[in-house]
Amino acid sequence: MKEILFAILIGGSFGFVLHKVGATNPNKIVGFLRLTDLHLAKVILFAIGFSSLLLFILMAVGLIPAAHISVKSSYIGVIIGGAIFGIGFGLGGYCPGTTLAALGSGRKDSIFMILGGLVGAWVFVLVYGWLTTSMPWLYDKIAGGKVSLAQTANENFPALIDGISGVLVAAVVAILFMGGAALLPSKLRG
Amino acid sequence: MNSSWGWLKSGIILGAAFLLAVALVKPIGVSTQYVIADCFIFCKINPKLAQENIDTDGNKTYSSSNAYLNKNNGKYVKSTLNIANYGFIFVLAMFAGGFLASKLGGPKVEKEETWIPHVWRENLGSSWLKRMIGAFASGFFILFGARLAGGCTSGHMMSGMMQTSLSGYLFAAGVFAVAVPVAIIVFKK
Repeated sequence: MKEILFAILIGGSFGFVLHKVGATNPNKIVGFLRLTDLHLAKVILFAIGFSSLLLFILMAVGLIPAAHISVKSSYIGVIIGGAIFGIGFGLGGYCPGTTLAALGSGRKDSIFMILGGLVGAWVFVLVYGWLTTSMPWLYDKIAGGKVSLAQTANENFPALIDGISGVLVAAVVAILFMGGAALLPSKLRG
Repeated sequence: MNSSWGWLKSGIILGAAFLLAVALVKPIGVSTQYVIADCFIFCKINPKLAQENIDTDGNKTYSSSNAYLNKNNGKYVKSTLNIANYGFIFVLAMFAGGFLASKLGGPKVEKEETWIPHVWRENLGSSWLKRMIGAFASGFFILFGARLAGGCTSGHMMSGMMQTSLSGYLFAAGVFAVAVPVAIIVFKK
């Protein structure tokens, strides 16, 4: 029951915030990708840096349980999947999550984006077995798989930058992201 | 009416949302739920896709005739057969969040934009069918790619880079290397 309440609270807040920051608006996404309106780029860079800094501090003092961390695996398919994702992202101006909040906000073309998404995900489910046998290199791990740059409090995920405090490494990365957000102009083209 | 937030306020609050999720439960991720929704639909047609079994100790186990759904001891099957779970309720709540945000202070979606965004109309015209085909194709590529990559903008890019996961940086590099030229070519103005 607690789990369901958290899902409603966090999912609801996330949808609300995505709309307020402009991420549900395909004009804003396309403007970001065309480099003519970098509002969302600044938002995303800052959000990543800010959340990362606090996460590593709160994890180090024990306020965020290390078991909550979940570092995904790195493999060739992450880059290629990202590139395929990029085709749809550049064309439609939605993400899997923003399109849900966008539909809630009244953008009805999201219905077709979601339908296309359901079909795309299902086609992947159907071809997965064939992909793993005919193109096994797609799942070749990069740098050991489930690795992070900074040492987290979770021993399951080795850090690439070892021997230095994870908080320190994360803080440097976070400052680069937040500084990048502040220094980025409002547009690079147009 | 345009009452979205400025970039700094937006960045702080969006970051806080990702932090809240990992503090209370786990990092935010969305794209897996498309697989769960698919499995929920298609297992009605082919029950072998989502099976609940009882092992010799009397514990429930989950399996599927499909290699992908069978991964990780059938965890996708488990979520499908227990559809009122955290991840699925989370994405349903996202609709409600977007709805509330548009009602409580906005920005509201303009009437002529409800089906076709301005940037699409200006560059590719007012054909409803064309936009819907475009949106469908876009969704297809996005979710196919996200499943190959094992996550999307939320799970890989935001939550991933928040944790300094190598996969987050790799995913972002793949996405922007393609999405930027595609957007520049498709949308000239």
